[in-house]
Amino acid sequence: MGTGTGEVMVETWPHLVFIELLAMLICTVAIGAFSLVVEAPLESIANPGYTPPIAKAPWYFVGLQELLVWFDPWIAGVIVPGVIILGLMAVPYLDREPDHVGLWSPRRRPVAWSIFIFGLALWFGLIAVGTWDRGPHWAWYWPWESWDVEKPPVATTTDLPPWVGIPAVLGYVAGGIALPAVIRPGFRRRLGWPRYLLVTALLLGMLAVPLKIAICLGLDVHYVLVTPWFNL
Amino acid sequence: MGFRQGHVWRSIFRVGLPSDRRGRLRVVLANFFLHLHPTKVPRSGIRLTYTFCLGGLSAFLFVLLTVTGVFLMFYYVPDTGRAYADMKDIGYVVPFGRVMRAAHRWAAHGMVVTVILHMTRVFLTGSYKPPREFNWVVGVTLLVLTLLLSFTGYLLPWDQLAYWAITVGTNMAAAAPVVGHEGPFGHPAGARVDSDLRYLLLGGTTVGQNALLRFYVLHCVALPLAAVVLMGVHFWRVRKDGGISRPL
Repeated sequence: MGTGTGEVMVETWPHLVFIELLAMLICTVAIGAFSLVVEAPLESIANPGYTPPIAKAPWYFVGLQELLVWFDPWIAGVIVPGVIILGLMAVPYLDREPDHVGLWSPRRRPVAWSIFIFGLALWFGLIAVGTWDRGPHWAWYWPWESWDVEKPPVATTTDLPPWVGIPAVLGYVAGGIALPAVIRPGFRRRLGWPRYLLVTALLLGMLAVPLKIAICLGLDVHYVLVTPWFNL
Repeated sequence: MGFRQGHVWRSIFRVGLPSDRRGRLRVVLANFFLHLHPTKVPRSGIRLTYTFCLGGLSAFLFVLLTVTGVFLMFYYVPDTGRAYADMKDIGYVVPFGRVMRAAHRWAAHGMVVTVILHMTRVFLTGSYKPPREFNWVVGVTLLVLTLLLSFTGYLLPWDQLAYWAITVGTNMAAAAPVVGHEGPFGHPAGARVDSDLRYLLLGGTTVGQNALLRFYVLHCVALPLAAVVLMGVHFWRVRKDGGISRPL
């Protein structure tokens, strides 16, 4: 790549190689020292005959496990991770703003930064709840509460009636797709329809997660929409 | 004395330690490991507070995991009858076994963290934008591979933590639409308890010997090979797509 921009170039050896060597040494020492002090966990031998009161997934998947409280398994375990992966892959093809490469610049890219940090906070917020606030039978236990105290599992079984659920879901989707185009017509024009629909669908999907949790908690319902094939 | 001018040394390193600018460029070109880099890099691109070394650390943790993982493979047999006993041996009998296993475990958690942070850095600095779109896609695939590597390794200790975490995790596959026997449209599509996605993952309807062997082979052979190939593509594309990103 040319250096027509007047960028100051430095030699890889020693400038970059030195940083890399130092980073590798620090990393090795940090992992080694930590491993000398903290042992890897090993519980009792696997026993298919004894189900422990709580089985948590590895921490990076605990957020999805926490979603099982609020969504059916096919959404929490398949649709949500699938959409996250495909949505992430689509990012460079959906962002049509070619500028501001190579800068830590929240002020110049406020929308992109907000969306990404919101998603990240949601992902790690769910992990934090699942890791520190869930006990036996996935009931809510504050970190300082003993797991020996029995708590009934959360068991809301009320669902919204279809005459509320169907308009609510349709209204959310239609309103969510229409709203940005109405408020910011330029945004929709810049993206073009197919890209705009994909962007709004992904954003609506992401926002639906905290929204559904809020509805479940606020209205004490389990499903917003019940159909013979699937429930939302 | 004289050894570094000798036949053997020069056959290995070709160029000596550089003493001038020309030598500093040549040493990068003449070394297999360094030739990953261009001879010169933009000063702003290698600023510590720009990249925080996150991509490099992810790759280096993969190397640490390979070294510690190969060590563990000498002492571990993926047999439900002895896997747990092998874990105990690694912890109490094998020299350095305990610290090697701990290093493998913590480096794996570390790699999940650095890969996620690396992706965050690349997003927030807009480094996925043209001409680097496809390399971002390769990077997302590497994130998925990192998670799968970590997840498949989770079963191998064959303790209660491993067994039930994998039971919970793979039950999700049974709930997948169409290809899971408990998922929406699973039955009409012909997914049965012994023919759905979970069955494919476990080689059975529950976590057992077949599951342990499948996870072991995926963890030690298939997924690392895929990750190495994709890492090669990832690094190569960094160079081909214009080097480390910087203000245009």
